[in-house]
Amino acid sequence: MLAFTLRRAIQAIGVMIAVGIISFSMFRFAGDPVNQMVGMDTSGAERAAIRKSLGLDDPVIVQFGRYIGNAARFQFGTSYQFRLPVTNLLMERMPATLELAICATIFAMVIGILMGVYSALRRDTWLAHLFQVISLIGISLPTFLIGVLMIYLFSVTLGWLPSFGRGDVVHIGWWTTGLLTLSGLKALIMPSITLGLFQMTLIMRLVRTEMLEVMRTDYIRFARARGLTTRAIHFGHALRNTLIPVITVAGLQFGSVIAFAIITETVFQWPGMGLLFVQAVQNVDIPIMAAYLMMVSLIFVTINLVVDILYTIVDPRLRSTISRAH
Amino acid sequence: MIEPVLSVRNLQVEFAGRRGTLRAIDGVSFDIAKGEVLGVVGESGAGKSVTGLSVIGLIDPPGRIAGGEIHLAGLRIDNLPPDEMRRIRGKRIGMIFQDPLTSLNPLYKIGDQLIETIRTHLNLSEAAARRRAIDLLAEVGIPAPEKRIDGYPHEFSGGMRQRVVIALAICAEPELIIADEPTTALDVSVQAQIISLIKRLGRDHGTAVMLVTHDMGVIAETSDRVAVMYAGRVAEIGPVQDVVRNPLHPYAKGLMGAIPTLAGDDKRLVQIPGSMPRLSAIPSGCSFNPRCAFAFDRCRVERPEPLPRGAQSVACHLYDSVPAESAA
Repeated sequence: MLAFTLRRAIQAIGVMIAVGIISFSMFRFAGDPVNQMVGMDTSGAERAAIRKSLGLDDPVIVQFGRYIGNAARFQFGTSYQFRLPVTNLLMERMPATLELAICATIFAMVIGILMGVYSALRRDTWLAHLFQVISLIGISLPTFLIGVLMIYLFSVTLGWLPSFGRGDVVHIGWWTTGLLTLSGLKALIMPSITLGLFQMTLIMRLVRTEMLEVMRTDYIRFARARGLTTRAIHFGHALRNTLIPVITVAGLQFGSVIAFAIITETVFQWPGMGLLFVQAVQNVDIPIMAAYLMMVSLIFVTINLVVDILYTIVDPRLRSTISRAH
Repeated sequence: MIEPVLSVRNLQVEFAGRRGTLRAIDGVSFDIAKGEVLGVVGESGAGKSVTGLSVIGLIDPPGRIAGGEIHLAGLRIDNLPPDEMRRIRGKRIGMIFQDPLTSLNPLYKIGDQLIETIRTHLNLSEAAARRRAIDLLAEVGIPAPEKRIDGYPHEFSGGMRQRVVIALAICAEPELIIADEPTTALDVSVQAQIISLIKRLGRDHGTAVMLVTHDMGVIAETSDRVAVMYAGRVAEIGPVQDVVRNPLHPYAKGLMGAIPTLAGDDKRLVQIPGSMPRLSAIPSGCSFNPRCAFAFDRCRVERPEPLPRGAQSVACHLYDSVPAESAA
């Protein structure tokens, strides 16, 4: 088990180094950073001095090593646009994005699983058919359109919910949260639904298919032959077996939720990392773009690792194959 | 006569399909007495498993019991509301399925599955249920049950898993066990152990057993009586020695003739020509008539009813009004 975790962790580091190469090379393809920093009238000697002081005259491999070394300590240089350390900028924005992504995922999991279980167990009811239609809409409508439609309905027409921003936030150490104020919670509703809708429909369809599959298995038939209550069969036996693929998908999707947050954050002017990234792209602020790339990959890789480990907790068969394989 | 544990009268099971209704079971009747093992034998699709499933009330839609009655120790059970039937399943009727590898939920320890079943049917504490589970595992021959109870299904071999399945089927002391091809998925060497286990449990607890199989060897070894099924009907039913040594129905004769012996005579095994009709194309009259060497006009128009013949009962016109020599 420990060996398995370690091996996965080493693989994860490998992935991060590969991403590091990509994000490092962004600097080299986006023009000479010195030219972007200095004015038109800077002399050649001064440019050379700056170049030397920034270490840009070192061999590429040395520069890359330094970049990765800094990145490992979460130092990504200074933003061109804000003249502030990129790390500070990202850390400032991260709570907003994570809170949004977590709320969206919880929304997607809870509603998705409930709808999925219902439409598997009561396959022929009108509500189950309605869920199928909703899931089709959720899968095919683009996120920004849903966001804009919701703003139109709930903010402009009905005036129930704020159309942009995070509302009032409370500071807890370096973390800011909107979960503790009424306006913060109200501001969270529409962005979470917008961001989570796609995952919700995905999870719902997955749960439905898996559950129907599991209900046909021999051990469910045998559980019925043992006279277990319908409740125990559906929620004790069938649902647990259904949840394995759901955990994988939901876990892996959490990464894309953070990535998709770019669009949702833009629509709702949500002050998170995604919005920062969009602004950075507009202003060719390479350090922010590179750091954002690294951060998102780090989150992806970490989630993958956690999902792999969670898997073995849910499924005892994997536990023993893993310990046997090592 | 003492009341039989299970009494099935004129059972009919239908499956509603897109192109009309198929009758999978058509007028099956039999009894099983306390402590008796009834073997049900026949080709694939003869309706053996469907009969077992309808007794325990697990026919899945579109299938349904269309007629007849099923009585468990005098109580009519074919028309019980779902929740009452649920209470009977596992408590008064235990069922063993064909494939032990897939009968157990892979995500739960076998002990949890046992305790869950025991506590569903018996009013026992967690600890008492666990003790009972360990006793049951010991009874079905699992070595070191107090350790193995915390194992997951994948940690058991096929034969051991079938023992666990049997323990689950008998955990509330049912009056009737339905074993649907319990040995088909197992090694030959393990088959004999499982069969003798089922036989021993039936004897020790006075449990009636309905043993569904297509293996005549298993039937001959285990059963007290045997029912030969063909195309959803009982062709012949009787004490196992009589049916094996002196089968009456031409189909039963064909079946017995098709069993290889170890005696070493090099005679070719008898083959029944043709194959069993599909449910959508069951011939009129006796459903066996197109394959029967003795068929005559009456067989093609009139369906034979079961006729008592000594301890046996046979559904064949040869034993009705027709002189005995044509039956020979």
